[in-house]
Amino acid sequence: MADMHNEPPPGMVEKRGSGLWLTHVLMIVGVLVIFFPIWLAFVASTHTQQEIAQAPMPVMPGSHLIQNYSDALFSGVNVPVATMLVNSLVMALGIALGKIAISLLSAFAIVYFRFPGRRFFFWMIFITLMLPVEVRIVPTYEVVAGFGMLNSYSGLILPLIASATATFLFRQFFLTVPDELAEAARVDGARPMRFFFDILLPMSRTNIAALFVILFIYGWNQYLWPLLITTNPEMNTIVMGLKQMFPSGDDIADWPVIMATSILAMIPPVIVVISMQKLFIRGLVDSEK
Amino acid sequence: MATVELENIKKRFGKTEVLHGVSIDIQDGEFIVIVGPSGCGKSTLLRMVAGLESISEGEIRIGEARVNEREPMDRDIAMVFQNYALYPHMSVRQNMGYGLKIAGMAKSEIKRRVDEAAKLLQLSDYLERKPRELSGGQRQRVAMGRAIVREPSVFLFDEPLSNLDAKLRVQMRVEIRELQRKLGVTALYVTHDQVEAMTMADRMIVMNGGVAEQIGTPLEVYERPVTIFAAQFIGSPSMNVIDAEVRAGQVMLGHVTLGPTDLPDRPVSLGIRPEHLHPDDNGPLTLNVTLSEPLGANTLLHGTLEGRGEAMTAALPGVHMEKQAVEQVRLSVNAEDLHLFDPKTGQRLN
Amino acid sequence: MEKRVTFKGWLLPMLLLAPQLIVSGVFFFYPAGEAVWQSLFIPDPFGLSMQYVGLGNFEYLFNDPYYRASFVTTAVFSTLVTLVSMIPALFLAVLADRLVKGAGTYRTLLIWPYAVAPAVAGVLWLFMFNTRIGVVAFYLNQMGYDWNHVLNEHEAMGLVVVASAWGRISYNFLFYFAALQAVPKSVIEAAAIDGARFWRRFFTIVLPLLSPTTFFLLVVNIVYAFFETFGVIHTITSGGPQQATTILVYKVYADGFVGQDLGSSAAQSVVLLVVVGFLTVLQFKFVEKRVHY
Repeated sequence: MADMHNEPPPGMVEKRGSGLWLTHVLMIVGVLVIFFPIWLAFVASTHTQQEIAQAPMPVMPGSHLIQNYSDALFSGVNVPVATMLVNSLVMALGIALGKIAISLLSAFAIVYFRFPGRRFFFWMIFITLMLPVEVRIVPTYEVVAGFGMLNSYSGLILPLIASATATFLFRQFFLTVPDELAEAARVDGARPMRFFFDILLPMSRTNIAALFVILFIYGWNQYLWPLLITTNPEMNTIVMGLKQMFPSGDDIADWPVIMATSILAMIPPVIVVISMQKLFIRGLVDSEK
Repeated sequence: MATVELENIKKRFGKTEVLHGVSIDIQDGEFIVIVGPSGCGKSTLLRMVAGLESISEGEIRIGEARVNEREPMDRDIAMVFQNYALYPHMSVRQNMGYGLKIAGMAKSEIKRRVDEAAKLLQLSDYLERKPRELSGGQRQRVAMGRAIVREPSVFLFDEPLSNLDAKLRVQMRVEIRELQRKLGVTALYVTHDQVEAMTMADRMIVMNGGVAEQIGTPLEVYERPVTIFAAQFIGSPSMNVIDAEVRAGQVMLGHVTLGPTDLPDRPVSLGIRPEHLHPDDNGPLTLNVTLSEPLGANTLLHGTLEGRGEAMTAALPGVHMEKQAVEQVRLSVNAEDLHLFDPKTGQRLN
Repeated sequence: MEKRVTFKGWLLPMLLLAPQLIVSGVFFFYPAGEAVWQSLFIPDPFGLSMQYVGLGNFEYLFNDPYYRASFVTTAVFSTLVTLVSMIPALFLAVLADRLVKGAGTYRTLLIWPYAVAPAVAGVLWLFMFNTRIGVVAFYLNQMGYDWNHVLNEHEAMGLVVVASAWGRISYNFLFYFAALQAVPKSVIEAAAIDGARFWRRFFTIVLPLLSPTTFFLLVVNIVYAFFETFGVIHTITSGGPQQATTILVYKVYADGFVGQDLGSSAAQSVVLLVVVGFLTVLQFKFVEKRVHY
């Protein structure tokens, strides 16, 4: 991919004067518009229910930040948000790490070995690229229910690691690793697993990290699947639990707590994305192309 | 330290045979260069010795033991790769010691060997660096170091200098040769560069199309090439080869007599090295010069033969000034410098 | 592309493949096969037995006006999401590309929404447009526009489109920005020397150079709109009003889990499967050109 951190070379066309200011102004307006929903959610999470219900609600933060967040975290609506956060974390980590682990192994097998059925297995894995869990929810639900995995972490995680995106990605990467490295390792006396752990794995560090960011967010942001298989509020993830906090019927929603929960739901993935921005962009571009 | 014997080595990929039976007995401590154009099978042959390619037919013996079925690590060889194949995430020290670590050698012994090799290769100051922090020549040395620390019986080099610039190549050529002499390790060295072959080899294998065209010392190959291919591949500029014939014990180019031979009357391919053409006002050959390239020590004259039209190149000593636009130069050649080949098979006749 | 060097043996690679194959088999191939199988049957009213109906479920499905309407809804929805997410992204990327300094800061800020789950985005937008307390709804009312996405189908569609497209702007921005940065500056400079002004340069040179990225993003965004927007729909409209925002994926869920109509839901899954297959082929036609493998 193109390195996005490249500063354009000096002497580029049209980069000065009023045009530049206009660009900055437009850019700032754009960022403000894009950012507005998040800002509003944050503001709402710092006010009382009355202050928000009184239209129009304020646009600057209020004084109830700590109270709203502690209400959300430790009491919540159906279940403390802290519990949902833990569930989300387990699910996101489980999906990210699980998928990376099984994909590394299978990509290694497919790229570095010749064995009967190799092509067949490759295509079998490849086909799973095509089907998002949304398309096969009913039968998948039945399988998971049949295993008694409803309301369990394994039920949340396993069906979502059954896709080949990561395998395909690692395969692509392994193919770019020079053949001579494997040969040198063979001459050095490394057996396959030794080569895998000593050479291939350390060389894949960046790819693994980039993929981790993408998969963590993918896992964290799951909605439909947890909605189906976690009937017990104790097992809700934060993203799906958020919707469960809305009252049924005409009751008035507890907006400050809901908005505090929204903010809490986005903090972990935002931290991951921002702090690992370079890796994230790389992972994004790699995994999609 | 060991002898290496290749006995009628063949290699097939599927149904295509790419090596048609190569044999050579390599003496202990000998430096063998396998030279040929790309696709001639030279790298495949080396990789078969390394154990990186299976052997379809024939036998390879290292130190008199058959190694066909052995893994690379069990063959007592070390290999230097074209792209160095350094592990990018390991320091120079780790790179050099990796094979020893796998072999389960004691840490202190690994350290001793790596330090010693690093000293030999002037790498002592770079041991903690990563490969990407090194220059091309330094990486090349690390690759060498990795081979040395194993203290193998045979070094295998797969075009190790082809990624270096011209000046460094000359320097490393000398270093590799000196090192190999000092250590006394048998070496097989693959290259497509005939200069490397000439300067480094004790003996060379000239390969073409999966066949060893000639095996011999550099001077043997230069002075008495046994095929047209070997004749043209070794030596720069390459040997002139033109159609001629033998009539009544004379090598004849049309009506021009070039020298005596004991061959019966027949058509031949005549080879003359450019440097064996001498300026001679009474010489039998007249070159219509179309281009001259002064190289300093000598001058290359490219042109066609007067009255015949074949292209020919002559290398004349010293500076040869062009006196007019189309210059004619008369040339002669000594009878012993005439190489005669069978036009159909390309085999040497005289 | 194949590796020249390989390790020998078949047991080790099979062991290495086993985890992936087991997980895929149990949670992917078996359910997918089951979906195809179930689509050929109708359960009796008591759910005790299944009756084979061949393509009956499909026939029924395509004669169902609601299902056909859902197709149209999905088409409209995904087209709008794609446009609403790509055009602002391109515009912002062009702006950012013009900046020598500060582009990184803007990018960091613009990435945020990507990390926000579609379901959370749904809640944020619902909050702004809530008929009772929503800020935007309030000001629209002040301006004399009576906003009510709970009753008005077009407003409901508009809201789910914007909420779905919002996070996607970040994504598209990143790709367009990367593509713009990769445009050789010499090409731009040559055009400038030829006397082309900025917008002319943009439309005649830059945009054509971006077309691979644009095509790629089109496909990816359509896939997104088809399959990953469930959370937005579910939180904001639950498919309403009058199924005006019931896209195909939502209908699979509604019929299968809420309506318990397994045969129809399975048939719908199979239809979606075909749609995904088609989109994937499209995507890989594109991938092939970009990545050699």
